Amino acid sequence: MHRFRNMLLDLLVHIILITVGIFMVVPFVWMVVTSLKDPTEVLAFPPRWIPEQKYYAVLPGENAREVRVQTISAPDTGSAENPSTISSDQLVVRCIEPGPDQGRKWSIGRTDLRSRRFLWSNYPRAWSEISREVTFSRYFYVTTIVALLTTLGQLITSTLAAFAFARLKFFLNHIIFTILLGTMMVPQPVLLIPDFILLAKFGWLNTFYALIVPWLANVFGIFLLRQYFLTIPEELLDAARIDGCGNIRILVQIMVPLAKPILMTLALFTFIGSWNSFMWPLIVTNSPDMRTLQVGLASLQSESGIQWTLMMAASTFSLIPLIVLFFFVQKHLIESFARSGLKG
Amino acid sequence: MLRIKDRAQRRTRLTAYGFILPAALLIFIFHIVPIFISFGLSFFEWDMLGKARFIGLDNYYQLSTDREFWLSVLNTCFYVLGTVPCSIGLALFFALLLHRVVLNRGLYRTIYFLPVITSLNAVALVWTWIYHPQFGLVNGFLSWFGLAPQRWMLEPRGIFDLILKPVLDPIGLTLSGFLAGPSLALTGIIVMSIWKGLGYNIVVLLAGLGTIPRELYEAARLDGAGRLASLRHITVPLISPSLSFLLITSTISSFQVFNQVYLMTQPPGGPLGTTTVAVFYLYEKGFVDFEMGYASALAVVLFVILFTITLIQFKRGGAQQTSL
Repeated sequence: MHRFRNMLLDLLVHIILITVGIFMVVPFVWMVVTSLKDPTEVLAFPPRWIPEQKYYAVLPGENAREVRVQTISAPDTGSAENPSTISSDQLVVRCIEPGPDQGRKWSIGRTDLRSRRFLWSNYPRAWSEISREVTFSRYFYVTTIVALLTTLGQLITSTLAAFAFARLKFFLNHIIFTILLGTMMVPQPVLLIPDFILLAKFGWLNTFYALIVPWLANVFGIFLLRQYFLTIPEELLDAARIDGCGNIRILVQIMVPLAKPILMTLALFTFIGSWNSFMWPLIVTNSPDMRTLQVGLASLQSESGIQWTLMMAASTFSLIPLIVLFFFVQKHLIESFARSGLKG
Repeated sequence: MLRIKDRAQRRTRLTAYGFILPAALLIFIFHIVPIFISFGLSFFEWDMLGKARFIGLDNYYQLSTDREFWLSVLNTCFYVLGTVPCSIGLALFFALLLHRVVLNRGLYRTIYFLPVITSLNAVALVWTWIYHPQFGLVNGFLSWFGLAPQRWMLEPRGIFDLILKPVLDPIGLTLSGFLAGPSLALTGIIVMSIWKGLGYNIVVLLAGLGTIPRELYEAARLDGAGRLASLRHITVPLISPSLSFLLITSTISSFQVFNQVYLMTQPPGGPLGTTTVAVFYLYEKGFVDFEMGYASALAVVLFVILFTITLIQFKRGGAQQTSL
């Protein structure tokens, strides 16, 4: 009896967890579904989960364009029909795309009628033509450069500083470290205006410098690594010193290899944080070719006439690197988040 | 001999300073100097073009009577009170469920964590589309149950007002002002933010649950304690460090909400200013109106508020831990 009750309870728990799990992924699924739809299909209500079968006619002429059509059996009756039920090789089609062609009819050959359910072509279109001023690929490029250089820089400055704070005796060691820790109490929005003024004085606005240099050092990273370096036994360092190792060699050849997992954690945090940062790049850049992905996405939205299908394709693009990264290192990543208590 | 040791020590010192210099210099320039600039600038009137004019405490005086500012504080409070307790409560519930199951635990954890690592902007756009007043998924969902479609991100009316209207209208009452609660638009942002952050809270609490020794539960069972008693007297007290950690960090980060508002509302901060949160107001004053002095005063006030909250929570968190 007790076991039976336990099993029932387990079943209930799983049902709850699955329901909520569905709720967690629905927005992502909806994003991808929308990104594969036709602009007219997006405006269906109630919303459709599986895109419908659509027909496109290749129109004859200089620039062969495709328009979305319905097949109709006879030009006069005009009710839509499934092309497979029509036996003749010549089809009469009617344009159902909003625009100047809407309602126009053509007679086309069967080979000029394409049928599609998923519009994969939204992806290359989002990549190369979604924004008027610059291509989406440029946003991708800027973001990748910024994220990679920021991560690399932070790893270097944090390792050096953390080693000094953890292992070297020098005047004011603890006081400097405490002051640095104290800066973590200052929320980022408070720094926006003065940092903006500073960058303007340096003449760095709208450059990679503004996006990267202020983020090359990170107190949290120093703290994380310092705590780790403190756990490495002093004897190991003494042995190395007796063998004639200097501080730099100790750091590079002993400490860094030992700290690989924690360095990896830090690299992931920094990369994800930099990839997702929005407020900073929004403020320090304003020319279209210096936009990061996040700013780019926001600017696409504010440009008149949102093309939801392309927007969703662009959003999917911006998430792909993160999701791929996540699935490779998810166990490590989730546990690091839990342990270090850093919010993404 | 002594001289050699001295030289070695001097070299170590020099190395140490060299090692901390890059990080310390950057943090000094971009994190420490700005605090003083912010504070100093808050006594001036400056549009970044002309000359700054010293006006003493005028900015602070203006701020205290600025209706829009107080509205933004109210909206921020709505946001914090809407997200933090809900998110932590839900997270505790799901962490307990996840802790119980063995089968698929990793899979659930991964799925719940997915929104956490994805960029806020991409998911904010998706949610804007989900909340679309005409073609959105949520309205489609409501129509299944025969409920009327809502305008979501365009709806300035308060959530309590909307829900309680059928009850209060007959007795001639209307909720207005802060009693009406956050606007439906802000509520939409709150729901989206809970969805986004839930996985993180669950993972932190799961880690906390993992550290509770199993023997405690066994001992409690032998003493005749039921499930609820174990939960109340073992789990909750032992997980309270994780809970108070989450409470502090999520309150601080919720106070700084900005992206969602910027991206999901049209015009940003709307409808009727009901989603203008404090940091968004700061952004508008500083980078749209270029009132640098006024925006700095706002930043200083924001800093003081956050600092106070942190101190209070640390104190309470500390007291709780020592009483155990």
